[in-house]
Amino acid sequence: MGIRFILLVNKQGQTRLAQYYEYLTLDRRSALEGEIVRKCLARNEQQCSFVEHRNYKVVYRRYASLFFLVGVDNDENELAILEFIHLLVESMDRHFGNVCELDIMFHLEKVHFMLEEMVMNGCIVETNKSNILTPLQFMDKS
Amino acid sequence: MADLIIDAFSSQTRLRDMIRAIRGCKTAAEERAVVRKECAVIRASISENDQDYRHRNLAKLMFIHMLGYPTHFGQMECLKSIASAGFPEKRIGYLGLMLLLDERQEVLMLVTNSLKQDLNHSNPYIVGLALCALGNICSAEMARDLAPEVERLFQSRDPNIRKKAALCSVRIIKKVPDLAENFMSPAATLLKEKHHGALIAGVQLCTDMCKVSLEALEYFRKKCTDGLVKALKERVNSPYTPEYDISGISDPFLHIRLLRLLRILGKGDADASDCMNDILAQVATKTETNKNAGTAILYECVETIMSIEDNSGLRVLAINILGRFLSNRDNNIRYVALNMLMRAIAVDAQAVQRHRITILECVKDSDASIRKRALELIFLLVNENNVKPLTKELIDYLQVSDQEFKGDLTEKICSIVEKFSMEKKWYIDKMLKVLSEAGNFVKDEIWHALIVAISNASDLQGYTVRSLYRALQTSSEQESLIQVAVWCIGEYGEMLVNNVGMLEKEDPLTVTESDAVDVLEAAIKRHTSDITSRALSLVALLKLSSRFPSCSKRISDIIIEHKGSFVLELQQRSIEFNSIIDKHQNIRSTLLERMPVLDEASYNSKRKSGSLPPTASAPTGASPKLPNGVVKSPAAPMADLLDLSSDDAPVPSSSGGDNLPDLLGGSLTSLPSLTGQAPSNGTDILMELLSIGTPAAQNDVSTSDLLSTNHNNTPSGTPLERLSPPSPFSPQVSTPTATTPVMDLLDGFSPTLSMSNKKSSTDPYFSGNNGPVYPSIIAFQSSSLKIEFSFSKQPENLQSTLINATFTNMSSNIYTDFIFQAAVPKFIQLHLDPASSNTLPASGNGSIGQSLRVTNSQHGQKHLAMRIRVAYKINNKDVLEQGQITNFPPGL
Repeated sequence: MGIRFILLVNKQGQTRLAQYYEYLTLDRRSALEGEIVRKCLARNEQQCSFVEHRNYKVVYRRYASLFFLVGVDNDENELAILEFIHLLVESMDRHFGNVCELDIMFHLEKVHFMLEEMVMNGCIVETNKSNILTPLQFMDKS
Repeated sequence: MADLIIDAFSSQTRLRDMIRAIRGCKTAAEERAVVRKECAVIRASISENDQDYRHRNLAKLMFIHMLGYPTHFGQMECLKSIASAGFPEKRIGYLGLMLLLDERQEVLMLVTNSLKQDLNHSNPYIVGLALCALGNICSAEMARDLAPEVERLFQSRDPNIRKKAALCSVRIIKKVPDLAENFMSPAATLLKEKHHGALIAGVQLCTDMCKVSLEALEYFRKKCTDGLVKALKERVNSPYTPEYDISGISDPFLHIRLLRLLRILGKGDADASDCMNDILAQVATKTETNKNAGTAILYECVETIMSIEDNSGLRVLAINILGRFLSNRDNNIRYVALNMLMRAIAVDAQAVQRHRITILECVKDSDASIRKRALELIFLLVNENNVKPLTKELIDYLQVSDQEFKGDLTEKICSIVEKFSMEKKWYIDKMLKVLSEAGNFVKDEIWHALIVAISNASDLQGYTVRSLYRALQTSSEQESLIQVAVWCIGEYGEMLVNNVGMLEKEDPLTVTESDAVDVLEAAIKRHTSDITSRALSLVALLKLSSRFPSCSKRISDIIIEHKGSFVLELQQRSIEFNSIIDKHQNIRSTLLERMPVLDEASYNSKRKSGSLPPTASAPTGASPKLPNGVVKSPAAPMADLLDLSSDDAPVPSSSGGDNLPDLLGGSLTSLPSLTGQAPSNGTDILMELLSIGTPAAQNDVSTSDLLSTNHNNTPSGTPLERLSPPSPFSPQVSTPTATTPVMDLLDGFSPTLSMSNKKSSTDPYFSGNNGPVYPSIIAFQSSSLKIEFSFSKQPENLQSTLINATFTNMSSNIYTDFIFQAAVPKFIQLHLDPASSNTLPASGNGSIGQSLRVTNSQHGQKHLAMRIRVAYKINNKDVLEQGQITNFPPGL
């Protein structure tokens, strides 16, 4: 499967976006979010971007006040996931123009639509930014 | 209509307001209140079937769901939204479907029809939506229903549809692997795609099919290896493609997926591996590595080289790349290098050994993720040749490492030291070092094993006890160091004082008897000591009281001081020990002899078999596995119970030890013995002997006393409490006759009393149950013995099973002193009732019956399993039979 979940969390540890590709109950979700957010936020810039948690890995990257956390299987290519996070940020940048936390909060569904074009069932499906954004623009037009 | 909704949505006054309100909340309670209010409004709107606000309601629900609140009431709204005609409604509906529902919900079946229609829709975006939703959440039933539609979409002219159809199929074949063959040839066609998205999806589909079907693997290996190699070659050699640029590298994701599929095809197949050698070499040498994206490709390529069939040239190249990664300054790259080296060990351990020094440096890194990887790697790299320097490095590092890392590090060091403990002295030295540095992190079973080893190393006991004494002077806050030291001083105190058994290079040590007692007194009075340490100290003091006559008075005072201890365990011991010192001068010295040598082999095999609970630190009331074999026969006079005086040194014989509970009343044999085995370290045994009889000593045989004693023997929080529940005691320990002799030991010592023999009893509470019926099994059969199990269960308690065991003697000899024991994994609790007899007539002329009650705490997930051991005597010769039972009927 590859990607198990994608989380966007701000510096205060508040979830700003959550997409799971495997089923978890609400309780287990909030427990998991609490645990890994605590783990990742405690790390400093020099430390590597990978944290092992239970039976999977979390690859994370920080952009200003936002943390992007991606949970992946143990055999996933961690370095590629880092690039994937960057691609997601670039796509959002292109759509929103210098994206910030508020853009994501107020346009949650658009970020989800974008993500839908990039990842399906935990697999990366598209990496071309204009292909990712076309369906979104189609909706804005209609 | 569509415009109106979009309008309402895009103006977003209400959605924005809600998000603002939630952002403005200062406490969680405030947030809950806002969400509750919003949910109430949404529910009202839903029940009015308000279509204008459906879009907005769903958007709000998604936000609320993200915050972790239940939103099930909005599920039907998603379905309605999907069923409507416009693209925006469908879009939000499908998004809601993916976020708010999951494949387990019945509601999901209702959407199958809408999905089917949308998969056939003329608008490609709508087809894309339906495929994406299906790919994210479809259940097995939906997969079967809609697979033909998806298969058809592989032919679509739009590559964006083809790519989504391919990924949708990934989920379909995962849910229904039988469908894989339908997708085999469409998937193979996709591998020829020029469109990156369609190609990456096709590669992913092939990869997943290879995982579920061997047939598919063979198919793709034959038909597609060349094509894939060509595709990869094109990507590597193609000019720069700006639309797929990822920080200067053209589409690293596609490279990675291609390499990954090649890895699966090449693994275990020399021809396929051969075919991809050139391109792998090309990727390994040509990829730019100054960017993360390039490193990612190289990393994947190295892994593929390691996995496919042997090509030594490529492997050298790969290992060199890893070496370069390892010395990189970027922590991410070092992390993946360590990760890869773990896998490379299987291929070329020698090459990985060359990086040992660098890896060892990584163990000391400031980054926890890197340390953890490096430590695991080092653990795999240890062998006979490098174990000494590596252990030294690790132990040195233990002194300065972070507190949170010490646990992991200690565990690994102990594990290495135990595994390579060919030299006893080295093992003891290193263990003492670890105990002094990080004794608080050492697991109980580790130091129990150390004690067993010390007890077996007669030439090192003096040296060990002196080293421990020295270590204690410098690090007095490590609990398990104190425990081992206290035990050793109790046993080998005179070696400490008299410098017995000096080794060549050892410095002589001047310790007076009073110094040794000082150490014990400090341990017992140290307020952070746990009960185990204090109890061990008491026993050690008692032992020294006979060996150090000069300190006898002082010891007696310390013991008397603890007669008023609030901890029942300590109070009880002090009272008993005081009585031994005061009233039984004549037997004291023999009673307090050194422990017989502990049986190392049996301890280790028990540890390996996992029947030993992880923290079996304290004596439990039920520990018949006493290796000090002090009891000769159940009918022996009392003197034999503590017969450490008999001229022939007590031989450690486990079968002898097993008889001890018999002596104390047949009922005790039925305690769930092997499940909660106490460690075989000798102190406990003595404590056992002395504490079991207490209730009798007070001339008040009260069951509850015994229960609480047993309970208190266990330091709070250890699993033993769970493993030896008090309940099994209650129906049995009620016979004063059984315990009287022990009372005599402590209060009168009357040799005329003899032990009551095992009483045969049939258990009252196993009668009259009528649970589900299970077939009987032959649990064990050898040429001499047959054991049959029949099962019954009470319907209201499915976790417990009553097992009636029947033992039949197949030989022509009579078996006497027949004892059956059983051990179970940790998730099972076992309760053994007394056997109907301990004599088994020959040639199947009669049998012994015994009831067992097992409680499977993971009923429905794990099956029962049991190890058994049967001990008996033929013409006074001990016979032991062991076996494992795995053929329990399912459902127990």
